[in-house]
Amino acid sequence: MSSLAPPAEQRQPTATSKADAAIRFEKVEIGFDHPVLGGISFQLPHGETKILMGEAGTGKTLVLKLALGLLKPDAGRITVLGEEITQMREEDLFALRRKIGMVFQESALFDSLTVEENVAYRLMEETGRLTDEIHARVLEALRFVELEHTVDLFPSELSGGMRRRVAIARAIITRPEVILYDSPTGGLDPVTSDTIIELIVKQRDVYGTSSLLVTSRLQDAFTMASHCFDQKQNKMVPVADGGVRDLHTRFLMLRDGQIIFEGTAADMLRSNDPYIREYLS
Amino acid sequence: MPIFSLTEIAKEQVEAVQDYSLLAGRSLTNIFGHPRYFADTLLQADSIGVGSLPIVILTGFFTGAVLALQTSSTLQQFGSLSLTGKLVSLSMVRELGPVLTGLMVAGRNSSGMASELGSMKVTEQIDAMRSMGVDPSKKLVTPRVVASMIMLFFLSIISNLVGLTGGFVISYLLLGLDPNQYWTTAYQALRFGDVFMGLCKPVLFGFIISSIGCYYGLSAKGGTQGVGRATTQAVVAASVLILVSDFFVTRLLMGIFQY
Repeated sequence: MSSLAPPAEQRQPTATSKADAAIRFEKVEIGFDHPVLGGISFQLPHGETKILMGEAGTGKTLVLKLALGLLKPDAGRITVLGEEITQMREEDLFALRRKIGMVFQESALFDSLTVEENVAYRLMEETGRLTDEIHARVLEALRFVELEHTVDLFPSELSGGMRRRVAIARAIITRPEVILYDSPTGGLDPVTSDTIIELIVKQRDVYGTSSLLVTSRLQDAFTMASHCFDQKQNKMVPVADGGVRDLHTRFLMLRDGQIIFEGTAADMLRSNDPYIREYLS
Repeated sequence: MPIFSLTEIAKEQVEAVQDYSLLAGRSLTNIFGHPRYFADTLLQADSIGVGSLPIVILTGFFTGAVLALQTSSTLQQFGSLSLTGKLVSLSMVRELGPVLTGLMVAGRNSSGMASELGSMKVTEQIDAMRSMGVDPSKKLVTPRVVASMIMLFFLSIISNLVGLTGGFVISYLLLGLDPNQYWTTAYQALRFGDVFMGLCKPVLFGFIISSIGCYYGLSAKGGTQGVGRATTQAVVAASVLILVSDFFVTRLLMGIFQY
């Protein structure tokens, strides 16, 4: 069995974790000089992908940082993998974060480390050194993103798209239960964007990982909602059954600190909300 | 609406002191917890200790030399030129060795730490580290603090020795003092309190240099401009704190050793 394949307990969540959503926001508020999120509530069920959309500055990235406990909300409750993180100490959050993968907007790779050291970072924290087993897992994670040949390169030697793919490899190497993607295709050309989306779809369909994805690109969101990963062909293909098949992908739209839409791609296309219609046009 | 509010400024300052205190405290308590990053500490020790050696040697040598040169004329007026070794020795060991080493290392390493950590902060590498369950205070701050404290201790000893040698060169070559007389007076002048003062100060300065550098680096914001600002602030704050704390530590130790 592939070592990247999720462990049994992850693919078949326990009764407790099944009952709880992977991520649950309840009336979460946060502001800096002005309110940014004004009491938002939503939940990400296990195995589902939620795509956060909205204009720049509406707090999409904030939602991810709150879910990861990098920021504390001013009010409300956030539950991640059955644990309420709102009141959790930073020391306790470190253990929980090891079950979550995060792909940052600008990749956030450690520029003084090689690709291998970047991808192996979390595993090396546990062992203190790069073992043969870790090396094998790094190669496998890099194979998943088709960048096996970059193992000895530094991030500065990679293109923007390659850096995002390395960031994905770094996020998936520990088989996280949840992955958070912050604009993974932002600033990339359409071809590279498609490659990234294909990887995300692959992670969703092959491993069933719950994920929260922030994007401003409608095309990416609808591609994810209308395509699935075909393991036989080893590529992303459009859903052949006219969209009847549930791809466990829902949309969530933020505006003025509130969630103004939550539903499937089809629901969004049918929406009569003037703002959503304008956003889609 | 006022352009600036005194209340807001006061709040910001108090918050900054609070954040610094928490970080400085954690950097020390982390020493007793797990995980411990020995490799990172060694790497920092090499960078701070070995890397700073040339500037510390140069500064120490010429400080000792100029000290001998400046004081010789005054001592000559009282017919006490033979006390040059004693004067250089006491000045270097008790005061100038630790302080000048501290200031040199602050200029070189406090800025380096602030810019390195600041760059990591603004490019979200610190957040990435936290998101992977790694505590930046353990991984980045504690190794730098421990390495600085240990290396400043040894760098100060080297600075003292080189300073004494600088004083000797001037005393021997320009003032015509007997080498044996210089080294004997230099050695005999030192009491336990002097050596203790000279060795505990650099440990404190090492702590100040690294904790200030890391604090400003980790609080950097606003892109490359913010990193530049953090670097400057780190050097200024570390240098000022070294001089201020030097006064209080000197006064405290003078009281303890009854000077």
